Amino acid sequence: MLLNLNNLPVYDTTGVNERIERFCSRSIKKASKAAGLKLAISMVDLTTLEGKDTPGKVKQLCYKAMHPHDSIKDVPTVAAVCVYPAYVGTAKKALQGSDIKVASVATAFPSGQSNLEVKLNDVKFAVDQGADEIDMVISRGQFLAGNYQYVFDEIASVKEACGEAHLKVILETGELDTLDNVRKASEIAMHAGANFIKTSTGKIQPAATMQVTYVMLDAIKDFYIKTGKMIGMKPAGGISTAKIALQYLVMLNEVLGEKWMNKNYFRFGASSLVNDLLMQLVKTETGMYQSPNYFSKD
Amino acid sequence: MRNHATNTTFKASWKYSEAPESTDHIQIKKQYDLYIDGNFVKPVKGKYVDTINPSNDKKIAGVAEASAEDVDLAVKAARRAFKSWSNLSGRERGKYVFRIARLIQERAREFAVIESLDGGKPIRESRDIDIPLAANHFFYYAGWADKLAYAFPNRHPKPIGVAGQIIPWNFPLLMAAWKIAPALATGNTVVLKPAETTPLTALKLAEVIQQCGLPKGVVNIITGAGETGASIVNHPDVDKIAFTGSTEVGKYIQKATAGTHKKLTLELGGKGANIIFEDAAIDQAVEGIINAIFFNQGHVCCAGSRLFVQESAADLVIRKLKDRIDTLIIGDPLDKNTDIGAINSKKQLETIQNYIAIGLKEGAEIYQPKCTLPKTGNWCAPTLFLNVSQSHRIVQEEIFGPVLVIQTFRTIDEVIEKANNTPYGLSAGVWTQKGSKIFHLTQNLNAGVVWANTFNKFDPTSPFGGYKESGYGREGGLHGLKPYVKFD
Repeated sequence: MLLNLNNLPVYDTTGVNERIERFCSRSIKKASKAAGLKLAISMVDLTTLEGKDTPGKVKQLCYKAMHPHDSIKDVPTVAAVCVYPAYVGTAKKALQGSDIKVASVATAFPSGQSNLEVKLNDVKFAVDQGADEIDMVISRGQFLAGNYQYVFDEIASVKEACGEAHLKVILETGELDTLDNVRKASEIAMHAGANFIKTSTGKIQPAATMQVTYVMLDAIKDFYIKTGKMIGMKPAGGISTAKIALQYLVMLNEVLGEKWMNKNYFRFGASSLVNDLLMQLVKTETGMYQSPNYFSKD
Repeated sequence: MRNHATNTTFKASWKYSEAPESTDHIQIKKQYDLYIDGNFVKPVKGKYVDTINPSNDKKIAGVAEASAEDVDLAVKAARRAFKSWSNLSGRERGKYVFRIARLIQERAREFAVIESLDGGKPIRESRDIDIPLAANHFFYYAGWADKLAYAFPNRHPKPIGVAGQIIPWNFPLLMAAWKIAPALATGNTVVLKPAETTPLTALKLAEVIQQCGLPKGVVNIITGAGETGASIVNHPDVDKIAFTGSTEVGKYIQKATAGTHKKLTLELGGKGANIIFEDAAIDQAVEGIINAIFFNQGHVCCAGSRLFVQESAADLVIRKLKDRIDTLIIGDPLDKNTDIGAINSKKQLETIQNYIAIGLKEGAEIYQPKCTLPKTGNWCAPTLFLNVSQSHRIVQEEIFGPVLVIQTFRTIDEVIEKANNTPYGLSAGVWTQKGSKIFHLTQNLNAGVVWANTFNKFDPTSPFGGYKESGYGREGGLHGLKPYVKFD
């Protein structure tokens, strides 16, 4: 294990909140707003993770991913569709011919409470089905018990099992309690081989917050300075409006800058966000808000 | 450790839209007279000077210059009003002060825009800090007006008389509130002079006061430069002088009032030490450093203008500081995205540039972000000076601009000694995650206010003031009532 967890930066919640207030008070209007909205759409991992998911539901979602809103021009497609392993094959087939990735959650998602063998088989199954990206969960129980080496080794093994597939590591920040823990978990995940670090499963409240995302972006920045490796960031869960998404992009812009301002290094894990982004985008072009019924719900 | 980052690594690319605050809703007269005895009156000598927008050099309005005769009229009006005002019950006085507070709140947007137009500070600050705090000061002291007997139990506090108040250009309305609110609450009458470069919000306040129906002569607001101030200080019928401004002028006032009956409070310059330990939350400390020195372009008497970084964390802190400075947005004060606005006046810009030249001559290492400054107006890029020592002039003297001098230290004793090694003693900041260290420092730093893990936080309930050449007397809180009362 390469990392030293003893000298990690610590975070002061009051100070972090003050910084975030600044991000939220930037004025995003007109041209910069339209650019931001399109960028945000292109960064969405359109997600369905329900027990009641069916092939039909997944196929409909995939069509939405490829055609977010055909009635206006130049709307980008989303970055990926995110499903359970059982529907990777369905999604892969439905998305054929597009460059939209298929992401699959794995490793006993969402709790991660199983043994390594089961988790690795979960990953291998998803990869065999054609998943381009694997969203794994860390073992929060082991992390909170102080077994950091276990968490590190587990991520490293999953990374190996991913093969060519990109690995996103979900920290489930809502269960980690402190910003210092978020930083620690980010550090473990990045050193163990994560391509992306991700806030949440969406099954635990609070899911993504600007505070934890800020800490993770800061960790990514320090990691880049140390190693030269660019790690991606994915806040997931709870980002349901265009306004909040733009605030995240302001934060990304001011913390990591332009190299990270694309779907290769930043994603939103969301489902209802896309329609709000579209509604705002149509408003920037036509000057008026349209009924939500004009935007397809898949 | 390899370092892969270059200056451009984390460069922001997404340009935000311009978002200038509208000026349509504000009303500025072409010419402002003196507010004496409840009316706007022409100056005796008929002289007016221009007040300039420091961000584009354009004239905003003409403002009267009060001569010694005008000052005399104002003091006489205040004297006449004193008798009935001081005999009014505390509850009635409080009602008027509450009314002023509410009207400032109602017209907050207008005040904020004018403050930024006239003074050059970013609208984000005038909107979120200056104006709300000014209203809060009036609210706070309004509450004391009928409770003075409880503020000073068994001591029978009485008002002093006519207060001559002279305020600076860095927080024009807020400083007016700091001065007027406690004076009115305690039953004094006021002759207030705002700074010559930023008179407009004080004159707007005069309109508010007129609108409130405050009895005539209780508050008189007269404009002018140093000579007008001197006439107030030297007027024999003024009972108290309250001054906020430079240490140089403060010393003059102290000499001028020596041997007279006048009571005096002074809130003067500073060279605040901001101390960062290696165990601090470094990122937030860096934010705090930025806020401490670049808030209001560094035109803050309690600015954290000397940075002490523990040597073991210096490389990291300085790297992060440079990164962060590169992202600051400098420009139109009325734009909501602006972080750093215009320097208040040509004269102050010259002072700052002179100090930057001195720093370079002294051999200090300079860092400024590569930002383009607007062509017209008074602008200064945020500036760091590295590798300096206590012996550098830029470390010893107050610059009053966006210039931070950075020194390293090794031990707590060393940093306490250096932080106190200045003629000033207004503010200090301590950044560490260790509570015991905070208490150790707050006990040993000679500063009127010490912030821990934050900086530049103000509240009407909290006393503010200095040690040593930063002045004496306190403003704000219960302590802020004391300079305006006498006891049997």
